[in-house]
Amino acid sequence: MLTFKLAIRNLIGAGLRTWLNVFVLSLSYVVIIYMNGMLDGWNRQAKTDMIHWDTGQGQLWQKNYDPVDPFTLQNSFGPIPGELNNLVKEGQIAPVLITMASFYPEGRIQSILLKGIPDNQKVLDLPTASMIGDSTEISALVGKRMAQSNRIKVGDLITLRWRDRNGTFDAADVRIAAIFDTNVPTVDAGQIWIPLTRLQKMLQVPGEATLLIRGKSEWPSFNSEGWVSKDLKTLTAEIDQIIKGKSFSSAVMYLILLLLAMLAIFDTQVLSIFRRQREIGTQIALGMTRWQVVKLFTVEGAMHGVLAAILAAIYGIPFLASQSRFGIPMPKATDSMGLAVAEKIFPVYSIGLIIITIVFVLITATIVSYLPARRISKMNPTEAIRGRIQ
Amino acid sequence: MESNKTVIEIRNLVKTFPMGNREFTALNGINLTFTGGEFSGLVGPSGSGKTTLLNIIGTLDSPTEGEALVMRHSVGKLSQKKAAHLRNLKIGFIFQTFNLLPVYSALENVEFPLLLQKMNAASRKKAVMDALDWVGLADKVRSRPAQMSGGECQRVAIARAIVKKPEIVLADEPTANLDAENSHHILQTMVKLNKELGTTFLFATHDEKVIGYLRRIIKLYDGKVSSDEIVTVK
Ligand SMILES: Nc1ncnc2c1ncn2[C@@H]1O[C@H](COP(=O)(O)OP(=O)(O)O)[C@@H](O)[C@H]1O
Ligand SMILES: [Mg+2]
Repeated sequence: MLTFKLAIRNLIGAGLRTWLNVFVLSLSYVVIIYMNGMLDGWNRQAKTDMIHWDTGQGQLWQKNYDPVDPFTLQNSFGPIPGELNNLVKEGQIAPVLITMASFYPEGRIQSILLKGIPDNQKVLDLPTASMIGDSTEISALVGKRMAQSNRIKVGDLITLRWRDRNGTFDAADVRIAAIFDTNVPTVDAGQIWIPLTRLQKMLQVPGEATLLIRGKSEWPSFNSEGWVSKDLKTLTAEIDQIIKGKSFSSAVMYLILLLLAMLAIFDTQVLSIFRRQREIGTQIALGMTRWQVVKLFTVEGAMHGVLAAILAAIYGIPFLASQSRFGIPMPKATDSMGLAVAEKIFPVYSIGLIIITIVFVLITATIVSYLPARRISKMNPTEAIRGRIQ
Repeated sequence: MESNKTVIEIRNLVKTFPMGNREFTALNGINLTFTGGEFSGLVGPSGSGKTTLLNIIGTLDSPTEGEALVMRHSVGKLSQKKAAHLRNLKIGFIFQTFNLLPVYSALENVEFPLLLQKMNAASRKKAVMDALDWVGLADKVRSRPAQMSGGECQRVAIARAIVKKPEIVLADEPTANLDAENSHHILQTMVKLNKELGTTFLFATHDEKVIGYLRRIIKLYDGKVSSDEIVTVK
């Protein structure tokens, strides 16, 4: 108790020097929490987008379907279970039919995935309603990435070649009805979307699909023969993995920031023990034991962490709150970083993160305060009183 | 504090410091006894061992040989904790360089030893104000050392030394950084404290002004006592 009282007295007495340190430390609190909040917000957004554009809430895969092996696609069609038909009609379940196809942008040949999806589906954010299901032309959707890399514009006519279920080649032109803008590359790059019924006709597989995507409503009971259920966890395993990897790199950043803050404390501490030798000697002469002085200096150093937490709360809470409310605009360039980036990121701060940060800073501040303070216990008080460098 | 009681007893004290690979003898066979209420001084040229002896009496250093008993405690055989306790309760220090705690006000400096004693706030406050009154600085309670003159700083240091009503005050060249007027002022203050509180004062000095106030003069030369005289009334 006495140690705390004296530590506070010393800190307040030191004035500006204390406040500078406290300010630096409070910045690292705020920046650590801010950066983590941003990454967290980013990750959550990426996952939410993934669910909205790609995975839905769950899927049924035709038993042969293997997304990493496109050569199995030819055998991965199966009749849509009849029990699901109502929900499909309502757009609550989106059957998707997938095949390989080639198209010829600017004279090259390129392999793509051709995907059929009902134009009335309500499961994914794909603007399938802009496809005109029963026009004489086949109307198609492509994503922004696909459009950009192949210079496709709305209204373009694109020639596609594919094999039907019997392995016979066929070709047709599709008209680009819309180009959609998504953060999710897995529904965009190297893909062309057309109405499901057209693709079923083209492949001669009426009433069949490769996979079924559901929205909020659960699967009704149905004859699941030939279908394998994939829950959300399985479907988002990959992005969860990426998020984990990112949290590792953010932990590294976290540590670097913390290290900088701790360096500031350590430095002050080393300097102040050096500079305040005479004070230390005097405290001993006045009746403190050397270990009491070590304790006092340690608490003094660690107290920077406490004061910084208070200061950080004063200016950090309004700042962080406004950031999470209004979002942080992201520069377009970040899009090329691989993982999808939204235009605005809304940081998410977890109580856990905040508590862990504070506790961690306090513990490390105590340690880096203690390490240099230990020297005091080896000081010779008679030399210290005279302020001799030892 | 009763007088005529032995407060410090030094027997065959030797203090050596390592110097390179040899030993340097700073104190060589000192025998001294101080009774309560004395106003005495170690006088000698620089390097004669005055500070070293004062530090040992103040339990900040320990004898190499022989014994130093302070309030019947043998210096050097006390644990760190016991020695600190003894300094805190019974021994007041006054230094040549004042050694006030720089970020504390006059009041906080004087309060410091009482905080260590865990004295309650009310009696602490009273003791501090009394001590500052004694040295004539009741109006400077809020001042920091940097805002005070050397004389004022030394008076705060005296207040800090006597606030706990110690048995012994050890003053190492207390006037070395003061002008004549301030020197006389603080010396008169100390004489008054000595008379009214019965506190034992032990100086280390080579300042003629200080010597003029001493009631017992112990001359040190090369780590040995060369003379020890009681000053009879002037
Ligand atoms: N810690 C020390 N290490 C080595 N020599 C010391 C130490 N302290 C004092 N001395 C030496 O002991 C002698 C007496 O010193 P000191 O007691 O400070 O003398 P005074 O106070 O009378 O000037 C001096 O020669 C000084 O150099
Ligand atoms: Mg000296």
